[in-house]
Amino acid sequence: MQRLVALPFSKSVEIAWKSIRARFFRSLVTTTSLVLAVAFLCYVQVTTDIANGLLAGGADGSMDALLKAGYNVEPGAVSIGETAKEQWLVFLSLLVCVVGIVNAQLMAVTERFREIGTMKCLGALDRFILRLFMLEAIIQGFVGSLAGALLGVLAGLLSTSLSLGLIIFASLPMTVMGLTSAKAIGIGCLLSLLGVIYPAITAARMEPVEAMRTNE
Amino acid sequence: MSEHAIVRTTDVTKSFDLGKHTLEVLKGISLTIVKGRYISIMGPSGSGKSTLFNMIGGLDKPTSGKVFIDEVDIAQLDAYELAWLRCRKIGYIFQTFNLIPVMTALENVTLPMTFGGTGNDEAVDRGMELLRLVGLDDRYNHKPSELSGGQQQRVAVARALANTPSIVLADEPTGNLDLNTGEEIITLLKKMSDELEVTIISATHDFKMLNVSDEVIWIRDGLIDKIEQRDELDISVGTIG
Ligand SMILES: Nc1ncnc2c1ncn2[C@@H]1O[C@H](COP(=O)(O)OP(=O)(O)O)[C@@H](O)[C@H]1O
Ligand SMILES: [Mg+2]
Repeated sequence: MQRLVALPFSKSVEIAWKSIRARFFRSLVTTTSLVLAVAFLCYVQVTTDIANGLLAGGADGSMDALLKAGYNVEPGAVSIGETAKEQWLVFLSLLVCVVGIVNAQLMAVTERFREIGTMKCLGALDRFILRLFMLEAIIQGFVGSLAGALLGVLAGLLSTSLSLGLIIFASLPMTVMGLTSAKAIGIGCLLSLLGVIYPAITAARMEPVEAMRTNE
Repeated sequence: MSEHAIVRTTDVTKSFDLGKHTLEVLKGISLTIVKGRYISIMGPSGSGKSTLFNMIGGLDKPTSGKVFIDEVDIAQLDAYELAWLRCRKIGYIFQTFNLIPVMTALENVTLPMTFGGTGNDEAVDRGMELLRLVGLDDRYNHKPSELSGGQQQRVAVARALANTPSIVLADEPTGNLDLNTGEEIITLLKKMSDELEVTIISATHDFKMLNVSDEVIWIRDGLIDKIEQRDELDISVGTIG
C-alpha cells in the first residue's frame, strides 16, 4: 500500500484563508476579544512611551504637564514605568482573552465536525487538520492584533494629548511606539495560537465516523 | 475464483458499548465483492448498512473479523497508508452530500486531488472534466448552498471519482432526494460504473436501485440474509412490486 504525501504549505494557507473569508462573521466573533485585549495592552504601553518621550525631550513645561497629569515623577528621574495596577489589569485582560478564544474556537470546531470528518474521508491527515486550524488562528490573530494595535495607539495619542497637552507631539517617540505596537501584535498572534491548540488537537484526533455522526 | 476480489470481509462483527449493555450491530458478515460490479446492500433502516459501509470504507474498525481491500488487511495500515487508501482507492458518497460548505463546486471536486498531491492546473482540468461528466460544468463556481440537493449529490459523485478510485462507496445516496432526482443519481452511478469500470457499493433501502444492480446483498439484523445476482433478481423484484 502506498503512503500519502503531505500537502504543500501554500495550499494549506490558501484553504485556511478561504475558510476565514467564507466565515467572516464567525471569525469576527473569535477575534473581537483579541482586538480589545491587544488594544488595551497597546494603549497602556503607548501612553507610557509618550510620557517617557516627553520626559526625555526635556522641553519647557513638560515636567509641569506630567505632574499635573498625575504622573509620579521624582525630580531627576530618567524614565516612567507603568503602575503595578496597570500591569495587573493588562495581564488579566490577556488571560480573559485567551479563555475567550478557546471557547470561541471550541464552538467553531463543533460547528465544523462534519466538514472535518468529510476532509478525513477525502484523505486529509490529522496533521493537515491541525495545520489548517493553526493557520486560521495565526491569520485571525495577525489581522485582529493589527486592528487592536492601531486602536490602542490612537486611543493612547488621544488620551495623552488631552491629559498632557499638545506638547507631546514635539517629542513623540515614534520608534519606541512602533516597537511597542509590533510587540503587541506578536503577543496577539501568540495568544491566538495558544487559544486554538486544544480545540485543534481535539478536531484533528477525531475519527471520521465520529465526526459524521454528529448532528444528523 | 477467476475474478479479482476488490473487497473481502471475513466474519466481521461490530458491537457498540452502550454503558450498561453492548449492542451487537453486525453479527458476522463474510462477503466477497468482485471488481467492476454494481453492488447494492439492501436492508431495512437500522439493519447495520451504514455500520458495514464504515467498515468497508476504513472509517471504523470492526470489533472482530477482517476487511481486505485489494487483498490488503486494512487493520494493518498506518495513518499515512489509511489516508492514501481513503484518498486514492475509495470514493465516498453520503446521504447528506457532505460538500465542504465554504468551497465552490469545483474546489470541492479538486480537494481530494489536492490531498493526493495532484498539481493545481491538472486538478482544475480534471475537476472541470468531471463536472462536465455529471452535467454541472456551468455551475463550477457555485457554493453548495446555491445548488439543489440533486445538484449537490452530482458534485459529490464527481468528487468521489476525482482520484479515479477502484471503489465508490455510497451510503443511501438517494435518501435525501425526491423520486426523480434520486433516479437521476442512480442512472449517473450506473453510467459511471459502466464507463469507468469502477466498483460501486451502495447501501440503500431504495428499491429503484435494484434495476441497475449486478448483485444485491440483503442484510437483516446484522447478518446477510441472502445474496442475489442480476438474473435471479427479476423474479424476486416481481414479488416485491
Ligand atoms: N456509534 C454508535 N453507537 C451506538 N449505536 C450505534 C452506533 N452506530 C450505529 N448504531 C446502531 O446500530 C444500528 C444499525 O445502525 P446503521 O448501521 O446506521 O443502520 P442502517 O444504516 O442500516 O440504517 C442502529 O440500531 C443504530 O442505532
Ligand atoms: Mg444508514
